[in-house]
Amino acid sequence: MINKLLILIAVTVTFVNIPAYAQTRDVTITRQWARASIGTMRPTAAYLTITNNGKDAVILDRIKTKIAAMAHIHNSTTNAKGISSMAPAGEIRIEPNQSVTLQPSGLHIMLMDLQRPLIKGDSFELTLIFENGQHITTDVPVLAISARGPKE
Amino acid sequence: MKFSNLQKFLWALVAIAVIGLSGAAFWQKRPDTNPMIYSPPALVADFSLTDHNGNLRTDEDFTGKWLLVFFGFTNCPDICPTSLSEIAVVMDDLQEKASAVQPLFITIDPKRDTPEVLAEYVTLFHPAILGLSGSLEQIEQTGKSFKIFYEKLQQDQAPDGYTMSHSSSLFLFDSNGHFVRSFAYGTQASKIVEDIKSRL
Ligand SMILES: [Cu+2]
Repeated sequence: MINKLLILIAVTVTFVNIPAYAQTRDVTITRQWARASIGTMRPTAAYLTITNNGKDAVILDRIKTKIAAMAHIHNSTTNAKGISSMAPAGEIRIEPNQSVTLQPSGLHIMLMDLQRPLIKGDSFELTLIFENGQHITTDVPVLAISARGPKE
Repeated sequence: MKFSNLQKFLWALVAIAVIGLSGAAFWQKRPDTNPMIYSPPALVADFSLTDHNGNLRTDEDFTGKWLLVFFGFTNCPDICPTSLSEIAVVMDDLQEKASAVQPLFITIDPKRDTPEVLAEYVTLFHPAILGLSGSLEQIEQTGKSFKIFYEKLQQDQAPDGYTMSHSSSLFLFDSNGHFVRSFAYGTQASKIVEDIKSRL
């Protein structure tokens, strides 16, 4: 009898806790990858998709990774005259049920001041910190310098 | 109505004047419609640079080959690798026709992109791609002949405190060195392959 009660309690607690756990997973990271670097002297880029499944908009505050002393979100643009440049992207805000995709020729995480080379086949941890205090750490695979997108 | 000889002569003069004036008007209007007259001087591949193997190369060295030219710099982590990867796919997909095409990557940041730097960079994308560098003046001359734009942008957080903005189109030249067309940045490799194959 007591055993049955304990099981009931355990099951209840587990199910009650699942939504609480899911709430911390309101924001998900998918399709993450980084481009291999040449040594540590030149910057490289990482890409990913941020999806907001929560009820409130989230704003990306900063990015931390041990592989680069500086990791900033940049945006590449090409104007009507065919001139390309890149600049800090400004605020990255993701509305509920929306996602933001960082991909070649647009938004990218510019990895600067590399602490070690990014070698194809390796991976590294990258943490996205949101203004609401949420931290999401993801493992980013390093693809060839000539890669054009995440591995399907 | 009967015209005297003098009147006939005068009418003839009027007719000539009218024809002459309309002709002049026509000629004045022409430049708008005729691209031969007002189009900017043609873009030419005129360069003398050092390739990534340390050899001096001029445009004449490539006579007989089609040229696919891209300008960029190796500190560019997004636009340039994307374009070079695209060129690599183009070269692979041209298959047996690839030998007719020479892809060139010309740096617009020669201070950092020495031939040695280019050697370890371009070869990571495709063995056929040749990197070209030179002095600041040589690159400036090359840029003028290709009519491209590039500019240093100060950016405190960037390596060495600057990044570059630059023309990111691909330029195609035929085997006689005549400019054929450009492909806007982001043109799919398959479209480029199709276009080049139709010309070879
Ligand atoms: Cu960038």
